[in-house]
Amino acid sequence: MADMYQLPSASLDLLFAAISADGRRILAPTDQDGRSELQPVTSPAQVAKDYLQTALSAKEVVFPKVEQLLSYTLAPGQVDLVDATPRAEPTVVFGIRPCEASGFQALDAVFNWDYRDTFFNARMDQLTVIGMSCTRKDDACFCTSVGGGPGCAKGSDILLTPTADGYLAEVLTDKGRAIQALAPEAFKPAAGVDKAALLADVPAAFDQPALTAKLPALFDGPLWADQSLRCVGCGACAFVCPTCVCFDIQEEADAKAGRRIRAWDSCGYHMFTLHASGHNPRETQGQRWRQRIYHKFSYYPERYRSLGCVGCGKCTRACPVDMNLKEHLVEASQVNS
Amino acid sequence: MELREKAKQLLESGAVKAVLGFEAGTGGIRRPAFAKDAARADRLGFDGEQNLASYVTRKEVKRLGKVAVAAKPAVLRALLQLMAEHQLKEEEVLPLVLDASGQVQELASAQAIEEHLALEAQVIPAEDRALMDRLGKMTRQERWDFWQKELSRCIKCYACRSSCPMCYCGHCTMDCNRPQWVPVPSHALGNLEYHMVRAMHLAGRCVECGDCGRACPVGIPIHLLTFNAEESVHAQFGQRAGASAKLDYAMSTFRPDDKETFIR
Repeated sequence: MADMYQLPSASLDLLFAAISADGRRILAPTDQDGRSELQPVTSPAQVAKDYLQTALSAKEVVFPKVEQLLSYTLAPGQVDLVDATPRAEPTVVFGIRPCEASGFQALDAVFNWDYRDTFFNARMDQLTVIGMSCTRKDDACFCTSVGGGPGCAKGSDILLTPTADGYLAEVLTDKGRAIQALAPEAFKPAAGVDKAALLADVPAAFDQPALTAKLPALFDGPLWADQSLRCVGCGACAFVCPTCVCFDIQEEADAKAGRRIRAWDSCGYHMFTLHASGHNPRETQGQRWRQRIYHKFSYYPERYRSLGCVGCGKCTRACPVDMNLKEHLVEASQVNS
Repeated sequence: MELREKAKQLLESGAVKAVLGFEAGTGGIRRPAFAKDAARADRLGFDGEQNLASYVTRKEVKRLGKVAVAAKPAVLRALLQLMAEHQLKEEEVLPLVLDASGQVQELASAQAIEEHLALEAQVIPAEDRALMDRLGKMTRQERWDFWQKELSRCIKCYACRSSCPMCYCGHCTMDCNRPQWVPVPSHALGNLEYHMVRAMHLAGRCVECGDCGRACPVGIPIHLLTFNAEESVHAQFGQRAGASAKLDYAMSTFRPDDKETFIR
């Protein structure tokens, strides 16, 4: 059970100042010409006033879009290899939504599956998440259908829920307590706050365990090709997704030196599974769309006993042709198998 | 005749295999929709933003057979340009337009499209025009700084490329990896090279629909690069992409009477 406190609005300044003084970077949703973006801030005044979510997800904090893994120099008969050091700085991510906060666990499932990823873990170790419960939602949201909720604490070290004059603060982990200890005076005793009454109402849209159970039977059905007919095959959904973890390894080198880089990749791309032989096991967009759904709702549960989707709806909002994930999952749920 | 009625008629008679239009999407927005049967045609409308011509060259759509497309001027320009570039045959697509009285009209030939388009002025939206003018007045350094800042947000999701009706290449330069021509990662060089190549490749071919900018999930006004290249070709060669189904492309057409002497 989490420790519950009240955090008056005015105390946020104190908290931000204490976090900054402790040498930690604070990343928070900011308003950039009307776009919501995670940016470094030092005071609560810089945080966006009215945001549902940022367009990109907070995954880039621990899994950046481009990351150098190693570099080398070549000379006749000699290769000098230098491992890159992860650029991990003490960071507090403030104000991300519960869906996104829980997304880190889906990344962790892959990055610590068989091999422990040095870069991801170095950044995770330095990361503290102060989540912000949702008091509103939009038509893309479906957290409650995938085990989350507008006030879900999973993945947050501290979870704030907006109240009339500040926040209800749940201090959930040791990392959260370490932040609290930086400005203990900011956290006042909480008295009789009904958290549930403060949250957005997000009714469940489909029965996820039932969907997961039926997906294997739908594999060869016509649904995926039909759904994906309007998909244009870009990678916007995967790149904004807080749980999409696929990456490409690129070698940028000349005759004398080179570096190895990890960059985001997407299963929606036609070259994602293209073999050197020219054969492509996922030749059509329908097969690629099916992979996206199955990876999140069938293979993740099978392999990690968890889901590869947090229901944030970022993919839906980012999609140039409105490939609404919730709607497509509801449709799959309703197919008679 | 209204679009839904026309779509049903075309589908039931077998004249087309699918009708492309728009339907209601998330939170009341409009999105592209394919009607392969009369029932689905009941949701179709003309009102939507995306350039539906980007679909007609897709493998999955070509496999359907002939498609009818609810077409706005930018779609028609794209269709003509695709025909000019031998990516689409006249008989593979049936553009549907609204005439002055609000009735749906079939444009059954390239000539019919050309004639219809001749009645439509090609206008760059005021907001885009204002930003282009602002960029035009900047010094070279200021303009460089502007694009450096904008492109730093690029995540190379290729939503711009995928949404573009003229980006139909089955094997884009960005995907040429034996060897890799343009860096894949979305670092500064990878982003810059990608967008430079794309803008140059669309000079004289951009139909100015603005779909690349509309598609960008991080709000980069990337369409202004291709708009600018297109306007530049128009200013220097008097050509407009998508005016005709006959190829007359300034950037790759040789004419013995070219006013420049270096080429002779």
